[in-house]
Amino acid sequence: MKQYHNHRAVDGVSFDVRKQSIFGLLGPNGAGKTSLIRIITTITGADEGEVLIDGQAINRLTPMDIGYLPEERGLYKKMKVGDQLMFLAQLKGLSKIEAKSKIDKWFEKFEITDWWNKKVDELSKGMQQKVQFISTVMHEPKLLILDEPFSGLDPINTNLIKDEIYRLNKEGTSIIFSTHRMEQVEEICEDIVLMNQGKIILEGKVDQIKEDFKDNVYKIGFKGKLPSQLANENFKVLEDKEDHVIIKINEGYSSNALLQSLISEGIQINSYQEIMPTLNEIFIKKVGSSNE
Amino acid sequence: MNNSIKQIIKREYLTRVKSKTFLLTTFLAPIGMVLLFGFLGFLLSRGSDDQKQIAIINEANIDVSDIKSKQNMTFDYSYADVNSALLAYKDEKIDGVLVLPKVQVEAKDYYMTFHSDNQLAIDESQSLQSLFRKKIRNYKITSLGIDQDQLKLIDTSVKIDPKSVLDTEKEMSSITSLVSSGIGGVVGYALFFIIIIYGSQVMRSVTEEKINRIVEVLISTVRPFDLMMGKVIGVGLVGLTQIVIWMILISVFSAIGMSIFGMSGMDTVSPDIVGSMPEAGAVVESSKDEVIKVINEIMKVNWLLILPLYLFYFLIGYFTYAALFAAIGSAVGDDIQEAQSLTMIATLPLMVAMYIGISAVTSPNSSLSVWSSILPFTAPVVMPVRLPAEPPFWQIGLSMIASVISVIVLIWLAARIYRVGILMYGKKASVKELVKWIAYK
Repeated sequence: MKQYHNHRAVDGVSFDVRKQSIFGLLGPNGAGKTSLIRIITTITGADEGEVLIDGQAINRLTPMDIGYLPEERGLYKKMKVGDQLMFLAQLKGLSKIEAKSKIDKWFEKFEITDWWNKKVDELSKGMQQKVQFISTVMHEPKLLILDEPFSGLDPINTNLIKDEIYRLNKEGTSIIFSTHRMEQVEEICEDIVLMNQGKIILEGKVDQIKEDFKDNVYKIGFKGKLPSQLANENFKVLEDKEDHVIIKINEGYSSNALLQSLISEGIQINSYQEIMPTLNEIFIKKVGSSNE
Repeated sequence: MNNSIKQIIKREYLTRVKSKTFLLTTFLAPIGMVLLFGFLGFLLSRGSDDQKQIAIINEANIDVSDIKSKQNMTFDYSYADVNSALLAYKDEKIDGVLVLPKVQVEAKDYYMTFHSDNQLAIDESQSLQSLFRKKIRNYKITSLGIDQDQLKLIDTSVKIDPKSVLDTEKEMSSITSLVSSGIGGVVGYALFFIIIIYGSQVMRSVTEEKINRIVEVLISTVRPFDLMMGKVIGVGLVGLTQIVIWMILISVFSAIGMSIFGMSGMDTVSPDIVGSMPEAGAVVESSKDEVIKVINEIMKVNWLLILPLYLFYFLIGYFTYAALFAAIGSAVGDDIQEAQSLTMIATLPLMVAMYIGISAVTSPNSSLSVWSSILPFTAPVVMPVRLPAEPPFWQIGLSMIASVISVIVLIWLAARIYRVGILMYGKKASVKELVKWIAYK
């Protein structure tokens, strides 16, 4: 729990991040994500409650095990890229030699070996993002906290960073990924927590959540003509087009029964697919209802 | 000292010392100062630059044979009377006519007439006045039949010779207090400026990190207190480096200057100015002795005790105000107006200290000086001013204890504000708000 002046930013939030998983921390602006992240990164303290990493309460040494990429990026504008990374790496406890070899490795990986002596304000925004990403991961943290890591990146660089995130995850890094870009969450995360107004309003595995929120809606592609009065007490038609219909099945009726009844009508079915809700829809629905 | 604070100090120090601005201000500023003062001195010594030809009509019949020219003025005695000189003036052969009327021995005032449409510059008329004052004095002495040697005996230079009552070991001379207040004043001034300059550098460094948002990355690794102290110490070391380089440069320059010009500078302690004071001959003669006395007096000051104390008060003053500036910098971010008004409030005590310091130069033992040299905020400037006058030990001790306690409390308070301020965006940083932040958990 974190209390600011007369506003509770984080309230009774509790969840587990599985080791070596990619965990989505979602929520609209002002939901308390940043406040929560600041507690995990030991920037601020919680008024109540605790954060455990590997079963140990966070302490002054925790930051060495964490890589944090804040939403508001920041680098020293007038400082050379190399010097800057050396400084940040040594701040994280790396020795001079370790820092140099790690940075060199990342420079080679991103093909930016000639950047060492460039000043940050000579770089484009996307290039600065790369430098910032290196600064976040170069000390090989156990836990990576990425707040909107792809904002401001072009598709090529987005993929580059995404691949790195996957690779780090595979090598054992646990990742907390905070965003309100739902399509990225769907693509990347295994588990999520959805926060609103400082509280958790939804949590679980992405697949399970979608399952829980599905509306039994099916898209059926067909050839031929549908009977004029298709809907009955078991389902209703949401969309009726020349080559497909979208049908919502009522509680208690099965999708197989629907399929059978259509076939028995002599309709030739080309495709039959359940429409799962997108996280975006779930997000809007949940946040909307919790705001009421 | 932990690793992170060391890294912060290192970065803060190296990026500054390696920057072009540092090199410029450190090496060019003293050269610039020397050039500026040289140039000013040159301008002042030259006075007005147009050459003037002045006819002198010597109706007084005083001995002016040795007066041929002065500054930019050349004197012409060839005209027999005023009228012929005025004719020459109208023909533009000369620039003016100075008439010396007969001297009335019993008259206190003596008026010379200067005929010209262009008035004399102030320095020209002053040097003319002092030139002829001496001549007329000699004329009067001769005409009154006064013995020159007896006259010299009449002029007495009256001084006070201080003697310490309790401390009989302590040697004092008539200029002890003069020298000590001189040293005190210079040191007080220097501390004031150094504290302001480097304190505001700390502030700029803090706001820079807040504005470019790197601060969030930093404090996810470093405790805000370490970050703040690293900054304050780093910038302070830059300041010390700069001061040491300046001291070396100054001593090198003055050594070079001394060897080129020798002590000649001392001889020319403008006899003009000295001469314009009546009965000043003696002073001119003894000016060299005075210099030696001053140097002796400077040597006599207990530097072994005072220098470490200067360093102590510099550190106290610097840490007090740098911490304050850091707190302000964290609160204001890019709001320059806010920064200015808060800096004003923070520097107010320093200003007050400066003015008290100036009064402490002349009266180092007044109760105002004593108390403000003990109280926090003013002590770092006022105590160093008083130190050469050797205040009692209990005052120095009390002042040091109070300073150390206050600086610890202040740094603590500043760190409380800083830790909230650096993460606070879009909130107006009023004094009331800052006080609230201190209480934040």
